[in-house]
Amino acid sequence: MIELKNIVKSYGEKEVLNIESLKISRGKICGIMGPSGAGKSTLLRIINGLEKPTSGSIYFDGKKVSFPPELSLRRRMTMVFQKPVLFSTTVYNNVIYGLKVRGRENRQKVLQAIEFVGLKGMEKRNALSLSGGEAQRIALARAIVLEPELLLLDEPTANLDPANVEIIENLLLELNSKKNTTILIVTHNIFQAKRISEEVVFMKNGFVIEKGPTNKVFSRPSASQTAAFIKGEMIF
Amino acid sequence: MNEGFLNNLWNALQLILAWDTELVRIVGLSLFVSGAAVLIAALFAIPLGTFLGLKNSKWVRYISKIIYTFMGLPPVVAGLVVFLLLSKSGPLGILELLWTPWAMIIAQVMLALPIITGLTMTAIKSKDQAIGKTALTLGASKYQAALAVIREARIAIISAIVAGLGRVIAEVGAVMMVGGNIQGKTRVMTTAIVLETRKGNFEMALSLGIILLVLAFIINSILMTIQGEKDY
Ligand SMILES: Nc1ncnc2c1ncn2[C@@H]1O[C@H](COP(=O)(O)OP(=O)(O)OP(=O)(O)O)[C@@H](O)[C@H]1O
Ligand SMILES: [Mg+2]
Repeated sequence: MIELKNIVKSYGEKEVLNIESLKISRGKICGIMGPSGAGKSTLLRIINGLEKPTSGSIYFDGKKVSFPPELSLRRRMTMVFQKPVLFSTTVYNNVIYGLKVRGRENRQKVLQAIEFVGLKGMEKRNALSLSGGEAQRIALARAIVLEPELLLLDEPTANLDPANVEIIENLLLELNSKKNTTILIVTHNIFQAKRISEEVVFMKNGFVIEKGPTNKVFSRPSASQTAAFIKGEMIF
Repeated sequence: MNEGFLNNLWNALQLILAWDTELVRIVGLSLFVSGAAVLIAALFAIPLGTFLGLKNSKWVRYISKIIYTFMGLPPVVAGLVVFLLLSKSGPLGILELLWTPWAMIIAQVMLALPIITGLTMTAIKSKDQAIGKTALTLGASKYQAALAVIREARIAIISAIVAGLGRVIAEVGAVMMVGGNIQGKTRVMTTAIVLETRKGNFEMALSLGIILLVLAFIINSILMTIQGEKDY
């Protein structure tokens, strides 16, 4: 569904992303792992069309994506940021925002999405008064209510307790199996990657070091850096 | 001396409490001129500030510097420019606006415009990155994303308007130069204070001063309440 070719992104002199080739197929849940500063968030922002790559091209369903991408294409995907930002209004207005800009307001769906993330009854709360974990879940509800073809998630469960992590993971699995949503999820948690993703991409210093089926990458990593990372993560 | 001051203060308070006609007229004109000036300025300044806040080109940065400079424009300079424009031989002399409240409004628009534009611009800039990108990723068009940013900056924008009002209502230089402090026609609080003090009519001057102070206090309180709301 998404293909990157020779994508390079530099901030000033500093090159933070250099991906020769990366393909994500439709209907997959793909985990993105790697140490802090590896370029995971940058990769997601570039796929989402929020940032222009310094060079290289992106293909969506085989069609080259221009920059900025067409509105119609942008509306087929959405992203939840690592540090989600909510609008200073009610939870309900936050979640309905994406439907509203599409002219597709649907109260039922909004309430359902809020319930899915375990925050039923919070509709009228001021979004800025939510706790970190609640805010993160509302940001997720705001994204899933759009039923995107491609969902880009940047550490969506980083602030959550185990019970809520489980709720969210199940939600993602269900979304993937029922709506065939392609999900790219950045995670620091190897166990999470194992639980939900069929494939993992391991990144470091802006490069894709390794990509493959989750089980294989974890049990028999082909790159020493991946092996070292996995070992480190297992200890802590 | 000390007793004289207290005496004056006492008389000033009585003037206020007596709802003195002349006093009421002066305060009314002040509020009308400054209020109109701020509203007109806001009408132009908010779209302009929003536009500049959202754009980030070399040109915009250049224009921003000019606007920031003009935020500190001395009122007498604004008065001088408007005076030259409106005087008989000036380009707009034919309108015969000099020595009318309209001339005063124009001069105060000049003072309020850069302040409201500059503060709006800053407010929009601070929201643009996070809010704009969030809106875009949720499928907003460029235009819809800009609206989301404005909505998010609304409190700061209202603060900008109130700050503009605070500035113009207290200035004396511009209204004096283009209004002329004509009794019953262009006399406002600040120019009246200057005149009454010169005449030795301290009661009137003091009562106006008190009212001005109270107004400034109210405006600042509004400002602080609004800004307090921002950080829940
Ligand atoms: N706007 C920017 N300007 C300059 N440098 C940036 C910018 N955004 C990101 N970087 C740099 O790019 C590199 C990759 O950042 P990125 O946020 O993609 O990392 P990450 O893999 O998501 O890390 P983390 O796990 O800590 O979230 C980092 O070194 C970061 O400092
Ligand atoms: Mg990141």
